[in-house]
Amino acid sequence: MTAPRVDLLTEAEARRLCDRTLQRIEADAAEVRVSATLAGNTRAAMNRITTGGDVSDLAVTLSAWLGTRGASVVANRTDDQALAAAAERVVTLAGVAPEDPEYMPPPVGQRYAPVEAFFASTVGLDARTRADATAAMVNEAKQADLVGSSYLSHEANALAIANSEGLFAYHRSTAAAVSTTVRTPDGRGSGWAGATHNDWERLGSAQRLARVAAEKARASVSAGTVEPGAYTVVLEPTAVADLVRLLPRALDARMADEGRSPFSKHGGGTKVGERVVNPLVTIFSDATDPDLLAMPFTDDGTPIPRTTWIERGVLQNLSSSRYWADRHGHPPIPMGGGLKMVGGNAPLDRLIGGVEQGLLITRFWYVRSVDPRTLHYTGLTRDGTFRIEGGRITAAVPNLRFNESVLGMLERVTALGVTGRTLPSGAGDPGSPIAVPPLVVEDFHFTSVSDAI
Amino acid sequence: MTVSRRDFVKTSSLAMAALATPAGSSMLAREMTPSQQSADLLAQQLCMLALDAARSAGASYADARVVGIRRQTVQTREERVSGVEESDSLGLGVRVLVDGAWGFSASHRLVRSEAMVVARAAVEQARINASVGGPAVELAPVEAYPDGEWRSPITTDPFDVPVEDKIALLLEANAEALRVDRVRFVSSAIRAERIETTFASTAGSLIRQTVYRTYPTMTVTAVAPDRSGFESRSSGEVAPMGLGYEYVERVDLKGRAGPWAEEAAATLLARSVEPGEYDLVLHPSHLFLTIHESIGHATELDRAMGYEAGFAGTTFLAPPQAVLGTFQFGPEFMNVQGDRTQRGALATVGWDDEGVAADSWPIVKDGVLVDYQTTREQAGWIAELTGNERSHGCAHAESWQHAQFQRMPNVSLLPGEEGHALDDLIAATDRGILIRGRGSYSIDQQRYNFQFGGQVFHEIKGGKIVGLLKGVAYQSRTPEFWNSLDMLGGPQTYELGGTLGDGKGQPPQSNAVSHGCPAARFRGVRVINTAAA
Repeated sequence: MTAPRVDLLTEAEARRLCDRTLQRIEADAAEVRVSATLAGNTRAAMNRITTGGDVSDLAVTLSAWLGTRGASVVANRTDDQALAAAAERVVTLAGVAPEDPEYMPPPVGQRYAPVEAFFASTVGLDARTRADATAAMVNEAKQADLVGSSYLSHEANALAIANSEGLFAYHRSTAAAVSTTVRTPDGRGSGWAGATHNDWERLGSAQRLARVAAEKARASVSAGTVEPGAYTVVLEPTAVADLVRLLPRALDARMADEGRSPFSKHGGGTKVGERVVNPLVTIFSDATDPDLLAMPFTDDGTPIPRTTWIERGVLQNLSSSRYWADRHGHPPIPMGGGLKMVGGNAPLDRLIGGVEQGLLITRFWYVRSVDPRTLHYTGLTRDGTFRIEGGRITAAVPNLRFNESVLGMLERVTALGVTGRTLPSGAGDPGSPIAVPPLVVEDFHFTSVSDAI
Repeated sequence: MTVSRRDFVKTSSLAMAALATPAGSSMLAREMTPSQQSADLLAQQLCMLALDAARSAGASYADARVVGIRRQTVQTREERVSGVEESDSLGLGVRVLVDGAWGFSASHRLVRSEAMVVARAAVEQARINASVGGPAVELAPVEAYPDGEWRSPITTDPFDVPVEDKIALLLEANAEALRVDRVRFVSSAIRAERIETTFASTAGSLIRQTVYRTYPTMTVTAVAPDRSGFESRSSGEVAPMGLGYEYVERVDLKGRAGPWAEEAAATLLARSVEPGEYDLVLHPSHLFLTIHESIGHATELDRAMGYEAGFAGTTFLAPPQAVLGTFQFGPEFMNVQGDRTQRGALATVGWDDEGVAADSWPIVKDGVLVDYQTTREQAGWIAELTGNERSHGCAHAESWQHAQFQRMPNVSLLPGEEGHALDDLIAATDRGILIRGRGSYSIDQQRYNFQFGGQVFHEIKGGKIVGLLKGVAYQSRTPEFWNSLDMLGGPQTYELGGTLGDGKGQPPQSNAVSHGCPAARFRGVRVINTAAA
C-alpha cells in the first residue's frame, strides 16, 4: 500500500517542534516556521502512465534578529544536532547583517478565522486511486481513437509559525488537481480540461474532464483561417484565471506610492478610490470563502482578513506590508487568502449565445509581461479556440498570440458567467486558490497567428 | 575502471551488513553527519540499501540519489539589506522500473529504515502504474562507473566567502547606480548554490558530484520627474554560471552599475519604436534566450514523441523520421551543439542523473537538424535514424524530491568562421536594431510563434548606432527566423548566457542551463511596439 507513510505534522507536534527550535535561537527576536508536506502525483502521456511520485518533506525556517539586524535559514532536518546548527547559523548571519531601517518586530499573538481546508478524501489518495482515475481518462481518449495525456497531483500541508512574542499559528490543508490534454493522432486537433479543489470528492469526474478535452480535440481539427485583430471573446474560466491571477502582483501600495505601478497617479499618490476597470468587476480575497479555502495567515503569522481589491470597478485597496503600513499610519493589508471575481448567473452557453461575432478561448499559454506600466501581457491561445457566429460555435480557428492589458481586458467586460473554483493553465498543480467566472470581453487584441496545435 | 554486476551486488550487500543494527533507529543519521566523509558514506549506504530493497521487491532497474542542496541569497535594496537567507535541503529519491513502468518515491528522512520503505513504495507504485498498460520502457545501454567523482571547476567556494563581503560588494554597486539622475530604485543580489549528489544504480555505478552555481544580479529603475513613467534595466549581460565566487568578483557589478543606471535613465527619454520590419543584430546576452526557446526546447525528444503534450507541449520538429537529416533549420553556416562538458556552463556535469557520462554532439549541422536531446529511455526511439543507440546524457532531476526526465543540456550556437566582430554586424546594417539583454519572452507550445523583448534597444541607421529605442519586441516563426540569419559573429563575440529557472514537467521542475552564442544578424524581422500593441 502506498498511502501516506507517516501522518502529517499535527498541531501538538508542530508546537513542540517550534518550541524546541525557538529555544535554541539566542537572539533578541526569533521566528520559526515549520512546513510539512506529503505529495503525490501520477502522469500519463501517449495513453499510458509515464511517471509518478510520492514525496514526504518537512522544512523548518528559522529567522533571528539582533536589534534590527536579521537573517533566515531553512533546514529540512529536525534532529537536535541539525536544529542547533541551524539556530547557531541564523544568529551568526543576523550578526553580520547591517541595521535594517525597515525592521518590524515579529507580530504578537493573533486570532485567525477558522478555515476547514483539510479533507480526508484528498489525504487518502494513493498510487492505486491515482492510477484508476488516470486509466479512466486515458481510456476515454483511447476508445475515441485519440491520444490522452493527464496529470493528477495532490498534497497535504501543515504549516506552523511561532515567534518570540508568543505567537503560534497552525493551519493544515489539502488540495488536488486533475488536468488532461487530448490530441488527435495526426496532431491536428487538441483539447484540454482541468479542475482543482481542496476536497478530492468535489473535484468531479476525471472521466468527464477527458470527455470535454476529447470533444475539443475533435472539434478543433480542420481549423479555418483567422486574421489577427480585435475580437469579442468568450473566455472560459481557465483563460480568465490565466489573466486575473496576474493582478495581485500589481496591487501593491509601495510600488504605487513610489510611482512604478499602473495604480500610481501622475504627479503622485495612488488610484485608490478611482474607477480603474468596468463597474461589472468586483474582485476580493477571503481565505474562508468556500470557493477558496486558503491559508488564513501570512508567512509571519499576520491574519489575512477579507479584502476587497476592486468593487464595481473602483480600486478599493492596495496590499501593504507591515513596514509600509506602519510608515503611513494604517493597518497592514496582506496579500493572500486566494482571489475571487464575482460573477453572474449565466452559464457559458448563454454567454456564447449572446455573441454575434467572436472567438471562444479555452485557455492561454506562456503569458509574459511586456509592459508593467500598463499591465500589458503577451501569450497564446491553446487547446480549443473556436469562432462564434450568431451565438453559436461554428468553426475551429488557429491559435493566436495576444498583446493585451489585464486592466484593459477588465474594462471591456460586457457579461459574466457563474463563478467557480478554477484550475489555471500551467503545470497542473493546485497552486494558489482562484475562483473566476467565464467572461465576454470586447476588443481583445490579437497580434499574430500561430501554427501550433 | 568498471565493476561487474555481481561485484556491485556484493558491495551493496556488504553495506547492508555494515548497517545491521536495530531497525527504525535514527542513530545512523546522528552518528554520521558531523563530517563530510561520514555524510558521504551515509549517502552511499542509503543508496545501496534502497537499491537492494528495490531489487528484492522486484525492480528490474533502480537508481537512488541522495541529494543535498545548499542555497544562499544575499539581497539588497538601495542602501539596505533586504534579505540574508540560507537553505539546506537533503533527502533520498528512488526511481525503479517494474514490468516496464516507472515508479518514484522520496523522503527527507535519511535513515536506513526509510530508505527501504521509500524503495518498496516506488516498486509498488511502479507495479500499479504498469497495470494501466502501454509499451514497456527499455533503457539504452550505459557504462558502469563504480567510483565516479566530479566537481564544478571553481576557484573560490561561494559559501566560504563572508556574508559581509557580499553585502559590501552589493551596497557599493547600488551606490554607483543611485548617483545617476532620475534613478530612484536599485535592487541587487548574489545567489549561490551547491548541489551534492550521490548516485547509485543497479547498472553498477556509484557517482558523487558537486555542482556549484553563482549568480550576481542587479535591477535599476529610473522614474520620470513628473512620475509619468518608469524604466527598469536589469543586469542582462551578467549570466548565472557554473562557477565559484571568483566569477562574482570578475563581473564587476560596481563598475557596470553606473552605465546600467545611465541606460535606464536615458530610456525614459528614448524614442518609441516605429513598428515594422527591421534587421536585428542580437547580442549574445539576448540571443541565448532565443536559442533556448526556439532551438533548445524544440529539439527535446520527449516533446517530439508526445510525452510533454500535457504541459510544455510538443514541437514542430516531429515526427523524427520526417525531419532528422532533412529539416533545414537555418543557413549552411549554422551549427548548434548539445553539450554537458563546457567549462563554467550551467548544465555541465560529469554524469547525468542516470549515470550517463557527459556528452557533446551536433544537433544542427550545416543548417540541418541531425539529432535530439535524449535519455536512456529515449535513445532507442531514434537509434535507427541516428545510428546511435546510446543516451546523450540529458536526464536531470531538480532535487531528491523529483524524478529524472529529459532536460535541456547546454545548447549552443557555434561562432562563424569569418570572424566578424559585433561592430562588423552593425556596420553592415542599414536599418536595424541592436538588442542586448533578456526581456519578456513568450513562445507557443510547438515552438513556432514567438515574441521576445530585451533590456536595451539601440537603433542602427546607415551602419551606425544612432540612439536608444523603447517598446521593442519582435515576433517571428522559428523556421523563418533562423533562415533569416545572414551574419554570424566570430569567436571573439561568443559568450555564455543562461538561466537557473527553466521549467518543464509535471510536477514542474527547474533546470539550470547555459547557451553559448556569438552576436548574429537576422534580416527583415517584424518588430512591434509593446506600448501600442
